[in-house]
Formats: sequence, structure tokens, C-alpha cells
Amino acid sequence: MDLSLTPADEAFRAGARAWLRSHVPSTPLPSLETEEGFAAHRAWEAELAADRWSVVNWPAEYGGRDAGLIRWLLFEEEYHAAGAPGRVGQNGVSLLAPTLFDHGTEEQRARVLPSMATGEVVWAQAWSEPEAGSDLASLRSRAVRTSGGWLLGGQKTWSSRAAFADRAFGLFRSDPDAPKPHQGLTYLMFDLRAPGVTVRPIARLDGKPAFAELFLDDVFVPDEDVIGEPGQGWRIAMSTAGNERGLMLRSPGRFLASAERLRGLWQAQGSPPEAGNRVADALIGARAYQLFTYAAASRFLDGESIGPESSLNKIFWSEYDIALHETALDLLGAEGELADTDWSERYVFSLAGPIYAGTNEIQRDIIAERLLGLPKGRR
Amino acid sequence: MRFLLDAEQRAFADSLNALLTAADTPSVVRDWSRGERKSGRALWSRIAEAGVFALAVPEECEGLGPRPVELTVAFIELGRHAVPGPLVETTTAAALLAELPDPGPAKRFLPSLATGETMATLTCTPPPAGHGKPTAPYALDADAATIRLTVSESAAAAELRLAPPPGRPLPSLDPGRRLFGVPSGGEVLAVGPQVGVAVGRAVLRARLATAAQALGVGLALLDRSVAYVRQRKQFGVPIGSFQAVKHQLADAELGLEFARPLVHGAALTMDPADVAAAKVTACEAAHATARTALQLHGAIGYTAEYDLSLWLTKARALRTAWGTPDECRTVVLSGGRRW
Repeated sequence: MDLSLTPADEAFRAGARAWLRSHVPSTPLPSLETEEGFAAHRAWEAELAADRWSVVNWPAEYGGRDAGLIRWLLFEEEYHAAGAPGRVGQNGVSLLAPTLFDHGTEEQRARVLPSMATGEVVWAQAWSEPEAGSDLASLRSRAVRTSGGWLLGGQKTWSSRAAFADRAFGLFRSDPDAPKPHQGLTYLMFDLRAPGVTVRPIARLDGKPAFAELFLDDVFVPDEDVIGEPGQGWRIAMSTAGNERGLMLRSPGRFLASAERLRGLWQAQGSPPEAGNRVADALIGARAYQLFTYAAASRFLDGESIGPESSLNKIFWSEYDIALHETALDLLGAEGELADTDWSERYVFSLAGPIYAGTNEIQRDIIAERLLGLPKGRR
Repeated sequence: MRFLLDAEQRAFADSLNALLTAADTPSVVRDWSRGERKSGRALWSRIAEAGVFALAVPEECEGLGPRPVELTVAFIELGRHAVPGPLVETTTAAALLAELPDPGPAKRFLPSLATGETMATLTCTPPPAGHGKPTAPYALDADAATIRLTVSESAAAAELRLAPPPGRPLPSLDPGRRLFGVPSGGEVLAVGPQVGVAVGRAVLRARLATAAQALGVGLALLDRSVAYVRQRKQFGVPIGSFQAVKHQLADAELGLEFARPLVHGAALTMDPADVAAAKVTACEAAHATARTALQLHGAIGYTAEYDLSLWLTKARALRTAWGTPDECRTVVLSGGRRW
């Protein structure tokens, strides 16, 4: 058991730090959830990609550095410590890309991944529907066979970033006669600007169009944009969900940096002792999450897959993130009420954490049933 | 980086777990709490034979240590089985004696501590304010320990004494932990500013061992609660099938599994902020699990007769032993280190 880094790891970290120091914008970009901010963040992705820092753990042929999991974690620590911008391509990079690596074809990877790495194509997710949230397998949007491909119909909702994104991926019911709800689903990629797609942005709590409804009316998708076999979508998507809940969605570096910023805010306020314990809990939680992730990464590198324990990870970071930002707004006092500040932007973002990527209630069911072995019951 | 226990460390945990499972520790705890020490001493010898105390004793004093990671592995198992006795105090006393500038006391006491022939207890009177060291005002199991160390500190120097036998025990919320007032006087073993440094380092080990012990207590409480709600039926079904019950246990698991890496990580770094973080997190997770365990067991869990009580009361006691939650958080805040 050790936490030591090799000289090559340290050199990688130093290289990332040096690049970030000379490239991170000195003033924050406009909010990612606005048209102007989306474009600015897309340009930042291109800048990262030009020096192969946008997807360091990907293979070099798709724009990465073959850095591996440990160095990806180190990169993330440096990235967030440097105060670098949010990642506009995260849905694609953390959800679709792992699926393509595991289930896609060589042709799909070559076609999709390079433009994802540069931010030229930004991907949105299309999972939830008005009647299918936590019970995702009950989804009703359909994919109907047609010559050379499929015709998509129905409605998707809560599609993060879809207001400004280029393409989307999700599950569609291709066999309505399958005996069970999670059978007969197909995993597809489609163009948000294709004929038959209507994108209606939804304003989140603070009014910014962070997600959207998608109305699909006979949207043609060629066969080459089906991932895996038709009808196998649920199994493929669940491996994506495992990735999503697992290591890649929220790196420890993000929370280590947030906790240090909170400590800085507390100190700038004169270190009020009555808030000390909450600040300490933020520092401790970030360290716990970092070490938990190092342990998970070590198991992963030993050849173990990320199993139901990824539900622990998802609950932890989502609840931690809110607690940290509540503390920050409380420390700010009356100023905490102001919108469009860095703290308020991050606070509003954090509030969605326990809801998306599988609600925390679903995660607690998974922990109870699959880690602790408790009997299934009525939900 | 490979932040995982290796095969040897896992095998050590498994063998201790097997040894302690076979030892019927609940009946040992009940004997111990009545002042009947025979079964506890026999168990102590077996724990010593497994090498636990030798892990705290340096090799030059016939030990195997210091091996903080292996000690945390051992203390998780000791906590899991609610083993009674001055476990933390004995390993901490060994570390303290080994760190003294004068090798005399180490040569005198460490060999018998490593073999389990003797037990040690340790008290620390309140240090100067802001020192960051916890207070240990009561001598745990001082009737069983023959090496009773007391540390008193002034702003300038610390003094270590070998205290005389104690008086009567004070009533304790955890009957398995027999508390005694600090006996005054006794032979001076060491004095000086370097003693204070050695105490500071030893106390860090006490805090870490307590964190690991608390984690083990919490894991046992979770296991027992899961087993109980799987078999206890109401409304015709196991109560463990109800979401209100499941989610409480999921939260207990969450707290304990995020404490575990802090405990092992602190053993690797021995950084005061890491150790304090491990202590507060493991103890609060164990304490929260105790509350859940009590609630899910219902009235049977509230009885002294039912064995769950042995872990419930220990979770409460360990929470403040060798550093309260607030003291630990203060150490985290005072560390300037960026993790």
C-alpha cells in the first residue's frame, strides 16, 4: 500500500501545471449555460486540445496522451487548482466516449472521438422522458426500422447542455413487443440539427438554459450511428451509468480546489470560529474523496471493474458539493444572495447533483440491495 | 501509487478476524467489565502471539515495528470484535517509550509489552492551550495494566512517570472500558522538551489507532444490523425490504467506507491533519452507525443484555477518546497543507 508517485508521474504533473499556468484565462469565462459562455468554453476546449490536454487519458490516436487513470487524476488536481474553466464537453467525454471505447466500432471511434476532443462537436445526453425518470427502462421514445437506418420519434427531457450542443446520444425503444421493459432498447447517436428535431431550452432555477426538451418527429439515424447491437441498449447504457457514477464524472481535484477556495473565503472573513467546523468538514471530505478515488483507481488498475460501490461515490460527491457551497454562501452573508458570482454559479450547479446521474434514492437502493444484500421490496 | 492493502495485509486481517470470531469476545467483554480478567488476559496473549503489539515496538527492541498500516489493519479487527483492554494505550505507550531520548525505559518495558506479558495504560493531563494534543485524563484499565504511564506537560517540558496502582474504578458509560483517576506521584522515567516531542508523536498514533478501532466497531454494528433486518419480520416481510430502513443502512455504509481510506491514508502519511481527519470521520461514522443500529433493532437494542450494547457504548466512548471531534477539526484547520 502506498501513495507515492513515480518521477514520470511527477514530471507529467509538472508539465500540466506549467501549461495551465501560461494558458488559463486570467478572468473567468462567461457562464457555460449561456450562448456566449458556451462558445467561449468551446474555444477553450480547442486551446486545450491543440496541446493535447483536453482528454489526457485517451489514446494518442484520438487526441489524448495515453496518460492512464492515475495521471488523469493528477491532471484534474492541477486543472482545478489552476482555476481553469468548466468543461463544456463533459457529457460526451465522460459518458459517450467510455461507451464507444467498450462497445463502439473502430469506425465510430475514428469518426466521433477526435471532434469530441477538440470541442468542435459537443454532445448532449438524451435519457429521461416526461414519464421515465428514475424508472428509465419504462421509456417510450421509439426507433422504427427504415431503409438504411432508424426513424426516431417521441420526447426526451432534462437533456443537459442540449440548448447549445450539436449532437446527442440516448436510448430508444426499438422493439415494443419485447417481454420486459429493459429489453428491446437501442443505443443511438443523432444530430440535434437534423430534420424533425425541435430543441426547446428549459431554464434552470437561476433562469439559465442549462438543459432542454427534445421533440423528435421521424428523425432519420443511419445504421452507423447505432452503438452495439440493436436491442442491447440497456446493457450498454448501464455500463455507461457505471462510468458516470464511477470515477470519471467528478474528479477529486475539483473538490480539493473547492475546499481550498472555501478555506480562503473563511480566512478572508477573519476565520470566524463558529464556521470553523463546517470549513474543516469540507477539507476533510475532499481528502476522503481523493483517497477513496485513489483506492478505486488502484482496484480498477488491478483489473477489477467499477461495481455498485460507484453508488457510494455518487452520493458522496453530490451531497458534499452542496454542503460546501451552502457553507460558502452562509459565509458570504448578504452577499451570498447575489447571482452571477462564481460561488452562486457553483451553488446552483451543485443543487442538481443528487438528482441527475441516477437520483440518490436510487443509489441508496443499489447500495442496500447490491452491497449490503438487503431484500428487494416495493420502492 | 497502489492505494490498496496487499495480500499479506489482507491475510493478517483475515487471520485476526478468525481468531477473534472463535474467541467469543462478548463473554470476554462481560467478564472484563466485572473486573474478572482471566479470559481477557488469555485473549490478550493470543492477540500478542498474532504480533499485534510487536507492530508498535521497534525492531531494535525485539518488535516488528513501527508498522502503522498493519496497526490500523489490526485495530479495525479489534474494534470489529469489541475486544476489551487498554489496546490503544499499550501500543501508544510502546511507541512513546521507543521515542524517548534515553533508551533505558524502552529496554526495561518494551520486550514484555511486545510479547503481551504486560499491559500499559497512559494518561495525558491537559497540555498548554493550542497545543493540538488531546487530553486523556482517565487511566483506561489501570487495574489490569502494570505499566501505568502519566504525562504532565508544562509550557517548557513534559514529564513522564510510572504511576502507582490506582484506586477504585469510576463508573463508565461503556462498561467494557474501566476508567480510573490518574494516580499521582511515582517514579520519573523521563523529563524534558524532547519528551514532549515524543509524546506528540505517540499521541498521533493513539489517535490513529482509535480511529481504526472505531471503524471496526462501526463495521460490526452495520453487519449486525443488516443481519437483523433481514430476519426480523413485520407486516409479513423482512423490515430490511422497506426503503426507510434500507436508506439508513446505505448511509451507514457510505460513512464507514469513506472513513476507511482516510484511516489507511493517515497511516501512510502520519500527517497530523490526516490523522485528525481520520479520527473525526471514523468516529462520527461509527457513532452514526450506532444510532442507526439502535433504531433498527428497536427495544431489544436498548437492553444491556443484548450483545449489540457492547458495540453501541464503545462507539460513543471512542468518539471522544484521544481527541474530540471539535479538537480534530481544529487540527485540520490549523494545518496549512494543501492535500
